[in-house]
Amino acid sequence: MTVHGGVGQSIKRKEDARFVRGKGNYVDDVKLPGMLYLDIVRSPYAHARIRSINIEKALKVPGVLAVIRGKDLEAANLAWMPTLMSDKQMVLPVERVMYQSQEVAAVVADSRYAAADGVVAVEVDYEPLPVVVDPMKALEPGAPILRPDRKEQTNRIWHWEVGDREGTDKALKESDVVVKENLYIPRIHVSSIETCGCVASFDAMGKLTVWMTTQAPHAIRTVFALVAGLPEQKIRIISPDIGGGFGGKVPVYPGYVLAVVAALKTGHPVKWIEDRSENIQADSFARDYHISAEIGATRDGKLTALRVKTIADHGYTDAAANPSKFPAGLFHIVTGSYPFEKAHVEVDGVYTNKPPGGIAYRCSFRVTEAAFTIERMVDSLARKLGMDPAEFRMKNFIPPEAFPFKSALGWEYDSGNYQGALRKAMDIVDYDALRKEQAEKRKRGELMGIGISSFTEIVGAGPSHTFDILGLKMFDSCEIRIHPTGKAIARFGTKSQGQGHETTYAQILAEELGISSEDIAIEEGDTDTAPYGLGTYASRSTPTAGAAASIAARKIRDKAQKIAAHLLEVSPDDLEWKDHKFQVKGVPDKAKTMAEIAFAAYTNHPPGMEAGLEAVDYYDPPNLTYPFGSYICVVDIDKETGEVKIRRFVAVDDCGTIINPMIVEGQIHGGLTMGLAPALLEEIHYDENGNMLGGSFMDYLLPTAVETPKWETAKTTTPSPHHPIGAKGVGESATVGAPAAIVNAVVDALAHLGVTHIDIPITPWKVWKILHEKRAA
Amino acid sequence: MVLAEMPSAGDEETGPFVNVHVTVNGAPRSATVETRTLLVHFLRENLSLTGTHIGCDTTNCGACTILLDGKAVKSCTILAVQADGRELRTVEGLETDGKLHPIQEGFIEEHGLQCGFCTPGMMMCSVALLQKNPHPTEEQIRRAISGNLCRCTGYVNIVKAIQHAANKMAGPSGGGRP
Amino acid sequence: MTPRYSIAQEVWGVIPPRFEYFAPSSIDEAVQILDRFGGEAKVLAGGQSLLPVMKLRLAEPRALVDINRIPDLAHIREDAKSLRIGATTRTNDLNDSELIHARYPILSDAAYEIADPLVRNMGTVGGNVSHGDPANDLPACMLALGAHFVVRSPTGTRTIPAKEFYQDTFVTALESNELLLEIQIPKARPGQGNAYVKLEKRIGDFPIVGVAANLVLTTKGTIESAGLALTAVGPTALKATEAERHLVGKAPEDAAFRRAAEFAQEITSPVSDLRGPAEYKRAMVRVLALRALHRASARAHGGA
Repeated sequence: MTVHGGVGQSIKRKEDARFVRGKGNYVDDVKLPGMLYLDIVRSPYAHARIRSINIEKALKVPGVLAVIRGKDLEAANLAWMPTLMSDKQMVLPVERVMYQSQEVAAVVADSRYAAADGVVAVEVDYEPLPVVVDPMKALEPGAPILRPDRKEQTNRIWHWEVGDREGTDKALKESDVVVKENLYIPRIHVSSIETCGCVASFDAMGKLTVWMTTQAPHAIRTVFALVAGLPEQKIRIISPDIGGGFGGKVPVYPGYVLAVVAALKTGHPVKWIEDRSENIQADSFARDYHISAEIGATRDGKLTALRVKTIADHGYTDAAANPSKFPAGLFHIVTGSYPFEKAHVEVDGVYTNKPPGGIAYRCSFRVTEAAFTIERMVDSLARKLGMDPAEFRMKNFIPPEAFPFKSALGWEYDSGNYQGALRKAMDIVDYDALRKEQAEKRKRGELMGIGISSFTEIVGAGPSHTFDILGLKMFDSCEIRIHPTGKAIARFGTKSQGQGHETTYAQILAEELGISSEDIAIEEGDTDTAPYGLGTYASRSTPTAGAAASIAARKIRDKAQKIAAHLLEVSPDDLEWKDHKFQVKGVPDKAKTMAEIAFAAYTNHPPGMEAGLEAVDYYDPPNLTYPFGSYICVVDIDKETGEVKIRRFVAVDDCGTIINPMIVEGQIHGGLTMGLAPALLEEIHYDENGNMLGGSFMDYLLPTAVETPKWETAKTTTPSPHHPIGAKGVGESATVGAPAAIVNAVVDALAHLGVTHIDIPITPWKVWKILHEKRAA
Repeated sequence: MVLAEMPSAGDEETGPFVNVHVTVNGAPRSATVETRTLLVHFLRENLSLTGTHIGCDTTNCGACTILLDGKAVKSCTILAVQADGRELRTVEGLETDGKLHPIQEGFIEEHGLQCGFCTPGMMMCSVALLQKNPHPTEEQIRRAISGNLCRCTGYVNIVKAIQHAANKMAGPSGGGRP
Repeated sequence: MTPRYSIAQEVWGVIPPRFEYFAPSSIDEAVQILDRFGGEAKVLAGGQSLLPVMKLRLAEPRALVDINRIPDLAHIREDAKSLRIGATTRTNDLNDSELIHARYPILSDAAYEIADPLVRNMGTVGGNVSHGDPANDLPACMLALGAHFVVRSPTGTRTIPAKEFYQDTFVTALESNELLLEIQIPKARPGQGNAYVKLEKRIGDFPIVGVAANLVLTTKGTIESAGLALTAVGPTALKATEAERHLVGKAPEDAAFRRAAEFAQEITSPVSDLRGPAEYKRAMVRVLALRALHRASARAHGGA
């Protein structure tokens, strides 16, 4: 008997019913009686002293009730607050602004429009200060020190390294071939279609409720309690429907704190919803890594060593929401799909006059940067050796029998079959035929390229011995209760922002409990009711909370077995869980379904046993999970304009056990599009004065349905040996793997002209410049 | 923090005001708003139709797409007063008598949505497309929705959802008008 | 010409400032209101250029004159001498018109690439033509076609040739008390072909470069007259007069087109910005001019 909506079925999503009717409940849909609006005055300067803030005119604007300034917060010790990396950030500045668009003051008014009028009427007198935008220059002696509050007077935030420095240096020196490349991965911004915002409201008992666009409601609640000194049981964070997160809705933005302060002071609920421009210009960015990588091999094409040095531009404070022991996130997965014996990575974080952040764009804690680096370097090296890039990879992949595999930088990969994925991708795209076509086209002077990316991802943070955020361990949780009529409700410590948890968690539980997924309600996001968890980002939900669901369900099955035994008048050992019910071994007709057992749990449970049928599990993952894939991209380049057109893109992904194939495929489609975007279109630029150039959708161009190719997807399945149902995370794999495939394809198209690397985004004029200089156009 | 006096209603310093009468999803609705009130705010705040969303401030993302006299437009870049006397259709008006519109069915069947935020605008644009061109090619579909940004889906399933609706509404057929 | 960026420095906003609103039902009423406000009133047609700028508070007119209720300001029709397009014709109406596709495809080429389909449902031909933004696509088409603009003021009607209309960035020959009523384009003749080619970073974006080409061939097949104009490579749309002069009398072939493209390139003064470095834009003028002229020529010969 298969259960309806079990694991592996492409059932339609339960949450869709409200979204297609326009009945989603997003933060900006929340409307409370007497609600006020908060809007924010922002700095036009990247670095300036605030001489004065004059709010007289603003207070006279009809509808404006209050203006909050840094000195108001200072009195309550709230002008600064900790970041998730234990640095500190300003809620509102008292003396100095540190990046363009930084929050400077907040206006509270009785309508959205009046608040906007109020913002325009606030007069701020700035004294511009020297601006630091280049992180390399920030490290030079004599550079202005951006953070005089720090003990060490330097713009270097931290230095972090891992691996065998001397061994790697030696191995590279002794290598027959070494390739070195400088790779700059520029700043980008995730720009989910819903911006950030909240509604903060105190009730008559002094309890604070905040509807907030947050991917981690419990962590936020605890941070609020610690920072604002509010008792934690009097704080309720509700993360309702979220219009996309991708990491951009993890940080605590000043707007949230300002709304809470305003609600406290006015005694009214206060709503803050940021504009798109504010979102792009002030909220957490991603990437901004200046990488220098060296890779070595023997003359017959065996990889020997990898050395990576990185300067990480963090903006004016370290607010990247990484696990605390890893200021560069999981960047040291950079050895990728290859068994380097020697490797060394070092990263220096640097302060600049830019907004803080670093990991908000579907990156799995810097894995996008790592995968891009290794897959570009491997390609470069293959070319230097004169080997086909697919053949080179096949020759060097970690073989399937080597798993679990301990990398030179300390990760233990759980399972993988890299050859299988690449082989499948090559078959689907007909790799050999493409190479033939390319050779013919090259004779005619036409530009066509084939790019491969065979990435290894690392998700599911993470085991308590190594992972925490601000001290909070990174377990996650599931709490299940089954009702007398055999239906269930389950709540989780994670928070979907479109990943379909209401459907997929129900599928895991359906499989484990033998209850139709239709009969299992899934809830997340209300800290009053959901068990504590660290939230959803870095593809961690399935590896952690999905596992917790299985374990909690099995705890229920343990109790259910005893109840079934009681009902069937046998010993529990005489029963087995088969076909989603408890059957007497060898007598399949003597069985009880979970529904029958649930009813009995309330009406006829064994004497001495507690009534009810529920369980909770806080799952501490024993390891991370390592999804992987091979992508092949085919491009054609217009020789005259330099435009790159993606002709075909084949993505083979392996995320272990697949809960809902339809949903996984959707994640891949979306992830690939967020890999295309930085490869060809998106970049956040600053000029030397720290002005952001193009901080709105008018200039920050997201891919539309026209640029986005018809993605082709396929899968292999290599389960995780340590996950209760063999599943790995998958939400970010495609964003991790895609950019290198695209860049490798463009470089491949131009390799015969001597090109070895092009920094992303690959704009038409970058290509044109190369062709123009090589006189190939 | 400085607190001003709570303003009283009907302050003459606000406005100018205008009465706006519209037909929304077949029903007459009206409100008095400032001349500068944007149509999207009129819908969301005055008429409490929060299915139409706001995703940007430069007329790019299309999350606010509705039908104005049958044409798909961005309601964030229209004044409420410009819609006076006209017919509007929003996502709330797609369902009729408890039955989902084929476009809504298509989006569910083909997994054309993830977070759901761009979805109302995407569907309204699609409804207008299919009314004008019942058998669009894939290229025509992608062009038609090029003013609607989605960050979650990568558009592949959105195209399938629209094709699903086209087949349902007009019967399966190949090709389309250029 | 200042670089094109959305302005980050001064205002972050989505809410327009206050204004008085008028919706006149006649042209005379409209121009009288414009006149009364002495330059502080703006015409609201499609609003797809005006409202975004007001939301950013870069423009704060005291009054808006909504001309959408004025009858017969939206039409596409041919008479004995001209194609006449009413000012409030929606951009998408150009796409939907069989007449335009068949006989003035340069306009449907351009209309198909302006912004996105939703903006085109509201945005007007008159707005795109008279806004004065060097990145608007229709002005170059107007220059290439030799269009005239019919304009009404409180004192009467006058006609302004397109080549005198675009004076500087956001500065046109339209006075603040004048209303654009109609665009008149010389009627399509046998042996005529035209095309608009646009290079953009992403669909719906402003152009990196745009080129409008219009060719009329003699019965012998040589070029009788030529119109060539450029988008986004100067303070206004630019008419490539030297290139046009060169083409007259020549055979419509690659050699002549290449030379014309070089002439066109010489009049440009593109700015380096987020849509490319100046040297790239200059080079693309040549590439696009060549493509536009070839396509115009193919259409003149009866192709598509």
